Amino acid sequence: MSVAFSLPDARWRAAEIAFWIATGLVFFVFPSHLVLASQVLITGLFAVSLDLVLGYAGIVSLGHAAMFGTGAYVAGILARNGWGEPLSGLFAAGLAAAAVAFVTSFLALRGEDLTRLMVTLGISLLLYEAANQAGVWTGGVDGLSDMQVRDLFGVFPFDIRGRTAYLYTLAVVFLVFCAARRVVHSPFGLSLRGIRESPRRMAAIGSPVQRRLVVVYTLAGAMAGIAGALLAQTTQFVGLEVLGFSRSADLLIMLVLGGAGWLYGGLVGAALFLVAQSLLSRLNPVYWEFWLGLLIVLVVLLARGGINGALTRVSARLGLARRQA
Amino acid sequence: MKLAPAIASLAVLFAAPAAFPADPIKIGLIAEFSGPFAAYGRQIGTGMKAWLKEHGDTVAGRKIEIIERDTTGPSPEVAKRLAQDLITTDKVDFLAGFGLSPNALAVAAVATQGKTPMVIMNAATSIITTKSPYIVRLSMTLPQVTEPMALWAAKNKIKKVYSIVSDFAPGIDAESAFQKAFTAHGGEIVGSVRVPLKNPDFAPYVQRAKDAKPEAVFIFIPAGEQSVGFVKAFAERGLRQAGIQVIGPGDVTDDDVLEAMGEPTLGMITTHHYSFAHDSPQNEAFRKAYASVSGAKQRPNFMAVGGYDGMAAIAAVVTKLGGKMDAEKAMEIFKTYKTESPRGPIEIDPQTRDIVQSVYVRKVEKKGGQYLNVEFDRFPHVKDPVKEATKEAAK
Amino acid sequence: MLSALPGVLFDGVAYGSLLFLISIGLSVTLGLMNFINLAHGAFAMVGGYACVVATLRYGLPFGVALVVAFAVAAIAGGVLERVLYRRLYGRSPLDQVLFTIGLTFMSIAAATWVFGSGQQPVRLPDTLLGQTRILGVDVGIYRLFLIAIVFALASGLALLVTRTRFGARIRASVDDARTAAGLGIDVERVFSVTFTLGSGLAGLGGALGIDVLGLDPTFPLKYMVYFLLVVVVGGAGTIVGTLCAAMVLGIFDVAGKYYVPWAGAFVIYALMVALLLLFPRGLLRRIR
Repeated sequence: MSVAFSLPDARWRAAEIAFWIATGLVFFVFPSHLVLASQVLITGLFAVSLDLVLGYAGIVSLGHAAMFGTGAYVAGILARNGWGEPLSGLFAAGLAAAAVAFVTSFLALRGEDLTRLMVTLGISLLLYEAANQAGVWTGGVDGLSDMQVRDLFGVFPFDIRGRTAYLYTLAVVFLVFCAARRVVHSPFGLSLRGIRESPRRMAAIGSPVQRRLVVVYTLAGAMAGIAGALLAQTTQFVGLEVLGFSRSADLLIMLVLGGAGWLYGGLVGAALFLVAQSLLSRLNPVYWEFWLGLLIVLVVLLARGGINGALTRVSARLGLARRQA
Repeated sequence: MKLAPAIASLAVLFAAPAAFPADPIKIGLIAEFSGPFAAYGRQIGTGMKAWLKEHGDTVAGRKIEIIERDTTGPSPEVAKRLAQDLITTDKVDFLAGFGLSPNALAVAAVATQGKTPMVIMNAATSIITTKSPYIVRLSMTLPQVTEPMALWAAKNKIKKVYSIVSDFAPGIDAESAFQKAFTAHGGEIVGSVRVPLKNPDFAPYVQRAKDAKPEAVFIFIPAGEQSVGFVKAFAERGLRQAGIQVIGPGDVTDDDVLEAMGEPTLGMITTHHYSFAHDSPQNEAFRKAYASVSGAKQRPNFMAVGGYDGMAAIAAVVTKLGGKMDAEKAMEIFKTYKTESPRGPIEIDPQTRDIVQSVYVRKVEKKGGQYLNVEFDRFPHVKDPVKEATKEAAK
Repeated sequence: MLSALPGVLFDGVAYGSLLFLISIGLSVTLGLMNFINLAHGAFAMVGGYACVVATLRYGLPFGVALVVAFAVAAIAGGVLERVLYRRLYGRSPLDQVLFTIGLTFMSIAAATWVFGSGQQPVRLPDTLLGQTRILGVDVGIYRLFLIAIVFALASGLALLVTRTRFGARIRASVDDARTAAGLGIDVERVFSVTFTLGSGLAGLGGALGIDVLGLDPTFPLKYMVYFLLVVVVGGAGTIVGTLCAAMVLGIFDVAGKYYVPWAGAFVIYALMVALLLLFPRGLLRRIR
């Protein structure tokens, strides 16, 4: 990852525009796979939020599900208790998750990588147990059912084919992604990358390192919360696993698969992981994990730096000028 | 960048063509085939195949086709997605399976939206059948098999019980079902504890139970490494030597794990709706068919019989419909379903679409080198007590 | 309640021993070699299955089965190190995480294919079953056995690392591979031997742990949190630190479960977070 020393070029490149047009075309090309497609987008957004924290600010986290789950439960509990309007639900979920992220950031930002990894993991596991105990609100292991999510804008119901859900998800994910992109390309985003490379030097040149990290962790928390709320609203159900260890661990896998520090890595990694999982488990419901594992191992061995690394090298070989975002 | 669509286009290859009348009857089997609950999917799926093996896979002139889908564990959003795909793309006639309650609960709304009968073959939370008029359950509810344990204990002069359950929704259901019935019949709970779900060491809890000096310990924990851990601690702490009886619903002595737990389970008394050792020609035939499908020496347990009976019920419905599927009519037929299953007589309660069955009292014994749950008493015609209580309250 | 204290303490130490045993292999690979081997649990599982097959299928005594478990896991580790792991020593920690998670997935599916998804039976010899009375406290014999093994292992390993020539070579190779090579140390060989040792220890820990933890194909993922927890709290790179962490966590967890059962699930995680905040670089670095 080369570090740009001028303010990053924030103009949209052709490849990016093509990417978003392609996600829009999914609606027409794969009308029977829209549910999977929206779950890919939701997980992708969740991974982008981890990318802000990990890829840009260099904070490893194995507990990002804490914010995702908070968002999902807030949206779920609101919708069960008569506040079924989806957009305001998203907003509330984002706020709540940001609050959780802000409070826990003071714990999660201490120490070295391994310490951070385990502290974030510990926080998410504590929340998991708390949600299990609070069965009255969360339904515990049985999950939170009876969500009454109202029609989008009072007009579009969430249908069984997932058409409304897909367009709703796509719109929200795109907007939040734009916000993240904005952050990354701002002077603030540049200072984060400086902190990732050398916190001590950044502190020496007068950058408020700790405060910046708290801000980005909180921002990413809000994004994760929105992703969680999207999942809750489109599934109309919240299971305890929104806070689980495997949710955080799989997320890390996806992000590294796609390539961290690139924003699109999260989306690409989520797509690769979930689509591969879905296809492989159709072919072989019992042993598909073997093939998924093999795929991951091969990516590490053959494509250094994830899909991003592979793309960069391929385009370099083709002589295409490709700048790092 | 074009990676996602490129991979997704592969998906089209696996999508089924649109249905036409001569097509087979399609059953979308949604269960846990991988991850920590993989045994659930295997048991349910093999149980269904055992029925097909025994009775042939053509019903009313139409072939039965099972489409297996893996939820990967307790993962409601995956279960729901699979159900949506199965209904809209594969055009299945029935949804079936469901080892875990959250997966079943998340799919309930899809069954209603897609007007597709949904056959529950294991998930045991009481409320599931109330979540959609298209749900019918052929397994059990946890209170249904737990309450008889309390009645039996009270009748057999067990006065003081210490209760240990896993700290999650089913555990709390079992705890309250037992305590309510047991204290109502003069029993006393001398102490109770809820054990975390991820708990590798049971010794402290078992020690606590032992220190309270009860006559029996009531236990409900999910089958698998949890019951292995409990049984080890139980043996090591010498509760049997201290004269403390283990009682509980049959999960702790699950036939699938019983051999792995071995000697310490001897003498444990449990109530459940199915035992591998149940003595009847139906069960004999079921065991044979199951063994010929699974090949391994894996035993069928209560989940397998849920799959088998669910498949039998689906076949009965298809037969009555003359092979012409109609969801509304199918549900009407399910409501009057009644048969002699490998577990004994079962029927569906038309009001709740939940199962009514005998619950047996069993004791672990060693016979012919095998550890078995040997039935010695039974409560006939047991309904789900939770729904009965709601009905009473509504009157 | 207080009269139960000696028993609770003993159980805590025993549980701590178990935590130590299942984590020690990781402590070696992560701590000594700086390699994040999340597939540690897979090697432990290999040891577990080797032990089950040795005792039940071939009727070997439990003690021999433990040696078999160590050997099988060590060989598996040694071969994989040669073929695969070696390529990843210089790579970023995230690549190592991803790679070893992939291996873990593969091992789970492979174990399901070979042994089925069910729980495996574990039979201990009769001499290790039941309880005995020491100083008025009922103690489980197997637990006593675990504690004894742990102290033997921990002191042996600590001596190996700090007092022997090989230990010095390991430390030199990890601290600065290039200089170590310049001094005539065969760094590649040192790493490969260390990794083999770590895998063998994982297998031994798996074989000893399955009596309490059970054994099915999801073992590597199910207990991953526990391995990481013990090693990180103890501080990477110290055997004694891992031992201290295992004991502290074990004792508090058992005491928490006995005295405040309603909070049982929270104790170990809350303690982990608290310890990491107090000792961000691991228990032992602060104690020193």
